[in-house]
Amino acid sequence: MRLSRKQLKGLIIHVVLLLTLVAVAFPIYYAFVMATHTHQDAYAFPPILTPGDQLLPNIKEAWNRVDMSVVLNNSLIIAVLVSLGKIVFSILAAFAFTHFKFRGSWLLFPLCMVTQMMPLPVRVIPLYQTMANLGWLNTYQALTIPYLASTTGIILFRQFYMTVPEELADAARVDGATPLQYLRSILVPLSWTNIAALLVIEFVYMWNEYLWPNIVTTASDMRVAQMGLRMLYTSERGAAEWNIIMAGTLVIMLPPLIVLILFRKQFAQGIAMQTTK
Amino acid sequence: MDRFPNHRILPYGLVLPSLTVIIAFLIIPFGQAVYQSFYRVSPFGRQLRYVGLRNYLEMFQSPEYLSSFQNTLIFSVLVIGVGLTISLVVALLTTQKIRGAAFYQIAFIWTYAMSPIIAGVMWSLIFDPSIGILTHAIADLTGYRINYFTDTVAAFILVTVASVWVMLGYNICFFVAGLQNVPHELKEAASIDGATSWQVFWVVTFPMLSPTTAFLIFVNTVYAFFQSFGLIDVVTQGGPNRTTEFLIYKIYRDGFGRMQEGQAAAQSVVLFILVAIVGAFQIYTSTKKSVYNR
Repeated sequence: MRLSRKQLKGLIIHVVLLLTLVAVAFPIYYAFVMATHTHQDAYAFPPILTPGDQLLPNIKEAWNRVDMSVVLNNSLIIAVLVSLGKIVFSILAAFAFTHFKFRGSWLLFPLCMVTQMMPLPVRVIPLYQTMANLGWLNTYQALTIPYLASTTGIILFRQFYMTVPEELADAARVDGATPLQYLRSILVPLSWTNIAALLVIEFVYMWNEYLWPNIVTTASDMRVAQMGLRMLYTSERGAAEWNIIMAGTLVIMLPPLIVLILFRKQFAQGIAMQTTK
Repeated sequence: MDRFPNHRILPYGLVLPSLTVIIAFLIIPFGQAVYQSFYRVSPFGRQLRYVGLRNYLEMFQSPEYLSSFQNTLIFSVLVIGVGLTISLVVALLTTQKIRGAAFYQIAFIWTYAMSPIIAGVMWSLIFDPSIGILTHAIADLTGYRINYFTDTVAAFILVTVASVWVMLGYNICFFVAGLQNVPHELKEAASIDGATSWQVFWVVTFPMLSPTTAFLIFVNTVYAFFQSFGLIDVVTQGGPNRTTEFLIYKIYRDGFGRMQEGQAAAQSVVLFILVAIVGAFQIYTSTKKSVYNR
């Protein structure tokens, strides 16, 4: 059997893509394999590449070592609060920028865009002092409020609201609806894709934050998931119990992965919307 | 634009929440960082002393800072160059007319959910001096056992590979979206005119993709400059021999570890300028595209 040129091209593409996929997935697979073995098997030579049966005991051990319920709970709280807060703040601002003509909007819009240029680390020391002055160290306020403005969110909703036909707003106005009623009962229901996309972006972002939580929290009951992972990892250095470390890693990486997988379509659509100017 | 002409106050109320956060926690602290960069905290007591440009001058004369600067740039260029090249190739392949294209486009997304620390932990297992698979493989091939605790090149490669890996999902996703926006008619017109697919890519696709590429360069710069912090702090702590002490890690150490707030503030301002340059480049490229289109 001879392949046509087109078939051959297709075959090569599949092979290249599958090989790349295997290479990209390997670190996670290997971490999973590690998490299923005893300490002794983790150090076996040649390395064992098939899963064992120690996953649950290892997870239990990792869970106890870093107070997993505390760090997961904290990360969940701040990731949900910041995601929801950013969604609401961004919708309101995007609504203002697309549905109203007001003095100073030419200045306010670029001002909202500068957040992108000033990532938190650039202002970390004064911001820390602000938190200390407000008495917010070791509180959820410090872990959430400085994050609430979102360039990405405002752009995402603005792009979409600019495409909504003007007749919708006109009709609502003729029916006597106030702008906020129009926003709540017409615009927001149309925005679910963007809301889900922003939820993924911000949930993943907050769950993975480390520098700032590391600076504003010292109390053990305020630690977040990434700090838990660091503690698990560094405390085991030397005799590295890779099976326990990887069991903890799997637990900590799961929540953002679930959110991403649940809303992957909306996330991809949201990204497509961001790339069309 | 003005769909509710009789509401003069409301729009201000709508932007107020975002604006309050931006002013209180972005603009003002940034202004304070600029201010602090001209001051120093005296060693005894918490008094501020005006020192003019001394923090900046000393910074650019410090070999430690300059080598951190250089290593950060090399790291960023590698993360952007290697990461975006792999991502673009994958994105190009998944947008060909093949079976299962949609599957591949989703299959690469998930590294986006991984944190830099998770990437660091997973790759440090693969690089582990005693049981790392890569360590074994290299030892079998060359007889040399890499050890990222002591070997500067190994440590640098470890943090670079982990960073490229963790950004792949995001980059591929954006390139796929960007490629799907390139009009088919343009590519067809070019191939009818006799262009090879290689030429079509460089003459049509790549220029049309430039806003996406510029955006990704910006996002990956932000990653390399800032987000990589967790990875460094957990896996190498800036070592060995300060090779992976990138600018953000140095700011953190000087500002919080060594209590040199003024010096750290000056470094923050320089870092901001670097990000702003890349950001300005991105804005320039995306505005140029809209001219190109119309």
